[in-house]
Amino acid sequence: MSVGLDIRLKRANKVYHEGEVLAGVVVISSKEAVQHQGISLTMEGLVNLQLSSKSVGVFEAFYNSVKPIQLITSNIEVVKPGKVPGGKTEIPFEFPLHAKGNKVLYETYHGVFVNIQYTLRCDMKRSLLAKDLSKTCEFMVHCQPQKGRLQPSPVDFSITPETLQNIRERVSLPKFLIRGHLDATSCVITQPLTGELVVENSEVPIKSIELQLVRVETCGCAEGYARDATEIQNIQIAEGDVCHGLPIPIYMIFPRLFTCPTLETTNFKIEFEVNVVIVLQDDHLITENFPLKLCRV
Amino acid sequence: MAAVQWHSRVRAYESELRAARLEAVPLEPGDPHPLKSITVTDSKSRRGGGRRGSTSSSSSSGSVAPDPLSSMLDGTDPLSMFAAASASEAPTLSHSTAVGESGRKRREKEEEVGPDFEPWSAKRGEILARFTTTEKLSINLFMGSDKGKAPSPNSTVSEKVRNRLEELDDMEEGSQRELLNLSQQDYVNRIEELNQNLKEAWSSDQKVKALKIVIQCSKLLSDTSVIQFYPSKFVLITDILDTFGRLVYERIWSMCSDSRAMPESFTADDVNDTAKETCLNWFFKIASIRELIPRLYVEAAILKCSFFLSKTGIQETLPRLTAMIRGIGDPLVAVYARAYLCRVGMEVAPHLKESLKKNFFDLLASFRQIHSDSVQNQLVLQRVEIPVYLTLYSPAINWILQCVSYRAPETLLTEMMERCKKLANNALLLNSVMWAFRAEFVAARATDFIGMIKDCDEAGFPKHLLFGSLGRSLACADPPENERLSILNEAWKVITKVRSPQDYINCAEIWVEFTCRHFTKREVNTVLADIIKHMTPDRAFEDAYPQLQSVIRKILNYFHDFSVLFSMERFLPFLDMFQKDSVRVDVCRSIMEVFIKHQQEPTRDPVILNALLHVCKTMHDSVNALTLEDEKRSLSLLINGFIRMVSFGRDFEQQLSFCVEARATFCNLEPVLVQLIHTVNQLAMETRRVMRGNHSRKTAAFVRACAAYSFITIPSLTSIFSRLNLYLLSGQVALANQCLSQADAFFKAAVSLLPEVPRSITVEGKLRSSEAFLLDFISNFLSTLLVVPDHPEQGVLYLVRGLLNMVQDYTWEENSDAKVRVYISALPLLAAMSQDTYLYAIPKVDSNETLYGGDPKFLAEVNKLCETLIGQVLDHLKALGRDEGAGVRKQGTLAFSLFGCLLAHGDLRNNKLSQLAVNLWNLSHKHGYCDTRNSVRTLEYIKHQSQQPDMAHLSEMALRLSLQSRA
Repeated sequence: MSVGLDIRLKRANKVYHEGEVLAGVVVISSKEAVQHQGISLTMEGLVNLQLSSKSVGVFEAFYNSVKPIQLITSNIEVVKPGKVPGGKTEIPFEFPLHAKGNKVLYETYHGVFVNIQYTLRCDMKRSLLAKDLSKTCEFMVHCQPQKGRLQPSPVDFSITPETLQNIRERVSLPKFLIRGHLDATSCVITQPLTGELVVENSEVPIKSIELQLVRVETCGCAEGYARDATEIQNIQIAEGDVCHGLPIPIYMIFPRLFTCPTLETTNFKIEFEVNVVIVLQDDHLITENFPLKLCRV
Repeated sequence: MAAVQWHSRVRAYESELRAARLEAVPLEPGDPHPLKSITVTDSKSRRGGGRRGSTSSSSSSGSVAPDPLSSMLDGTDPLSMFAAASASEAPTLSHSTAVGESGRKRREKEEEVGPDFEPWSAKRGEILARFTTTEKLSINLFMGSDKGKAPSPNSTVSEKVRNRLEELDDMEEGSQRELLNLSQQDYVNRIEELNQNLKEAWSSDQKVKALKIVIQCSKLLSDTSVIQFYPSKFVLITDILDTFGRLVYERIWSMCSDSRAMPESFTADDVNDTAKETCLNWFFKIASIRELIPRLYVEAAILKCSFFLSKTGIQETLPRLTAMIRGIGDPLVAVYARAYLCRVGMEVAPHLKESLKKNFFDLLASFRQIHSDSVQNQLVLQRVEIPVYLTLYSPAINWILQCVSYRAPETLLTEMMERCKKLANNALLLNSVMWAFRAEFVAARATDFIGMIKDCDEAGFPKHLLFGSLGRSLACADPPENERLSILNEAWKVITKVRSPQDYINCAEIWVEFTCRHFTKREVNTVLADIIKHMTPDRAFEDAYPQLQSVIRKILNYFHDFSVLFSMERFLPFLDMFQKDSVRVDVCRSIMEVFIKHQQEPTRDPVILNALLHVCKTMHDSVNALTLEDEKRSLSLLINGFIRMVSFGRDFEQQLSFCVEARATFCNLEPVLVQLIHTVNQLAMETRRVMRGNHSRKTAAFVRACAAYSFITIPSLTSIFSRLNLYLLSGQVALANQCLSQADAFFKAAVSLLPEVPRSITVEGKLRSSEAFLLDFISNFLSTLLVVPDHPEQGVLYLVRGLLNMVQDYTWEENSDAKVRVYISALPLLAAMSQDTYLYAIPKVDSNETLYGGDPKFLAEVNKLCETLIGQVLDHLKALGRDEGAGVRKQGTLAFSLFGCLLAHGDLRNNKLSQLAVNLWNLSHKHGYCDTRNSVRTLEYIKHQSQQPDMAHLSEMALRLSLQSRA
């Protein structure tokens, strides 16, 4: 006898905002009637912070992880102990999405050191003979649109051997001139990052041009704070020795879940940057960094 | 059984004929013709209808008598009705106002791409066939492990661990592999295998794996090693992409139509949230593909799905993808990516011309990349010549130009041309322009084009290809009349200088069409001479048979008058270049096909005859022991077609000598020999017609010669029934021409051939009993024998006797009644022979009736023969009676047919005969196997006959014939 337990949210994209009602159904499917000791639903929103082994020791990173911050929690009993008839039973439920106390519901974000996650768990307790059943489902929270007008703040750039920092032997560098612009560094998260890039000239042929999206996560804790930058994704926009003088589009969609509006709280920070990476045929790597400010409108 | 005495009934054929005729009804002027179109309207019984025994109650309408077949079908036959319907439907379809807005959009799209747009599928095969390689290829697939390739410098431990775990997973799938040293065929197979894997993964719900396969495949397109194979690789891999695009689209479509069927022309509003979310997921997933080329191709592959999200999405996506291609450094990879984008664009949103145009102008902007250093280095490394390299671009550029120029206004075409002109070394583009633009456009500017071609740099793109492309356009559209000659001259001046015979013939073949279309045989002859001059050294023609064949085909297309065709001096020498047998026969065959199709009147032109005889001889000579039956048949058909078209008018002797020559030439093809015999027989009859039956000494000798021709030709046939029938036919012809001894010889030959007839023959590949054929033939023969006079030196009826003896000695099939059937069918002949006046006669030939003049001795001889025959039949009947079952049934039928024979031909006033008839009747009814309806009808006939004068005795007999009562 197998019992299927499932949670189905009303919205196909599972995206909710603070103040809205999270609605759906618990689906129990079984051929025969199911005896149980109660079915309950738990909704929880958590911020998980993890310290990187780089900023604190390996052991501390393991043991001393920061206590998760609970943003929202709620528990209801859907069905009292008893029997669910055979076949498919759908039990509707609703949760109002209100943050605990004076907290805010941050946007869902899956990172390396910071994770903001909202889950809905359904538990079916059963007698000793049968295992308890449980089903978890994640739902997304989008934060409220930010107020105030957004300044696109475009940026022009021009990369030559002279503009570079952090190089060992400036002499061995081949000559090149790469110009371009980003249409905005304050980006709407639902809109792509756009811009253009022109290879005006380059002594050594170009091998590849890439856009590297980087997250910068900062966690504060008792011992101070840790700031780590990691790659989210790397998008190639040019391959091979591209035509000189012809503008190449810069275009990148911000991946869902892995990006969120730039966030700054007392305990942690989530920021984003983009690197324009130019790889030359002789494996010279030229990087130009642009901090981004993401927001939702 | 006691011997019967036979007495033939005296027949008055004329009065019988009169009696048997339907009563003629005088036709009044107002009466409609009975064969006029019959439309059954009402059952108004026609006057006299009942008397005629016709039950059709018909009235006619319409003054003009149409073809009865077509009138059956109410004026139009179903095929033309369909054609008419579709013709009238097409405009209504495109002009009808659509219901919904989206519906109209669809319509518009349909209008955007008409049937005149040559689809990609048409190019596919051509590219695969053209771009091949013998070098070793490799497929390099890293399924989903591209993350591990370049770990970001600042990645953390956990990320590295995750990457490694993923890689391990991938290894388990066995998906990270590199296949080296693949031959081209292996490569194609591998790709096809991947295509299958994709479908399998998809159907087993492994969507991620499917996506991985597609990404890895499209990644192969960034690899330009073995560059000659690149266009084919592109074709193979875009097939996979198309499959993938279709799968995704269908999947999302099915998600939409879960609850209710979605209209074909849906809008984004009709799509439910789940489907939209899935679709969006695909686009997000693809947007995060690391590498440029896979990201580009895969997004283009599922471009059609953006209809699920919004109506206008494509309008933004296409230009974005177009711009994205600028990031591809390798010009060849880039141009094919553009071609793919144009292909998807034309399919999904053909109304968005802008991005097509942008693709082309981007191409022009980055055109100089082709000559960049990195490309040059690569070519040196792969040892590929520049001209070869440049031709790799043609399919893609042609396609892009075809998309852009499709139904484009003249101004755009002009602008595009101007922009092409500005680029240095634009031969490649020029070539594509000529390929892709409307032929009319190119033809109108042909002189300009020639000028531009001349200006091109010879080192870059081979000029003969340029002229080839120009020629192709000119073959479809006509340049201005006054420029034609100069165009031909200019073009040929270049073509004739092409050194490589292969290049030369490729180009020349195209221009033959133009020459044939606009010029006379003189110019075509010159062109042929030039081709011969180029192709003869070193037997270069051996490698160019397809092209040379195409030249012949084109000439035949335009020159249907064979006297003109063969008066071209160079035509036959041109044919001599086809030295490989199979090709040679093919060419001859196509010539003969055209001749048969287009030659309206018989000809005696010696030029045509000689040439075609030569052509036919070539075909005939190709026949050998290994030639298939079908092949022989079709060759014979063609040669027969030729023979039928030869006529020397009143010069019969010439015609006969032609037949003699033809017989010598085509001796291996039996159907041709048969045709020749028929032709000669026809010739003899034609002579008779001309002489109105009175042969002069000269014509008599001629028809004898004809007979001799047939007589010596027939034995060379192997088919025994052809021989028999031809002997009979030729004998009849000889008889009609008063060649008695010849006729006699023919018949004698037929009779002596009879024992050789095998018991079974092959008909259409199946072994079948020859009995039916033999019976047919013998009946036919017997009816001819009525008019054949007896040979003065032989005995009475010696041919009939000879035939019957042969029948007796022939080894018939066991348990077969065939022999007896022949005997029964001989009775009517003998009865007819004993009449005073014969049923039919041949003018100017005395039959036995006049030879013997009703001599009682002759009659007695005939009667004796009849008696013998009847005796034989009766013996057989007796023998059958011993065998219960099948034998008895046969006995009944045979007895009845003998009864019928007696009734019709025997004199039943004779008691013995009439007693025999009654006995036979009873015998046939004894076992109840006879057909009662038949018996009833026979009885009625007898009663009817008995009312005739001199037939009263029949009524007496009728009383003695009892019908079998049905139990």
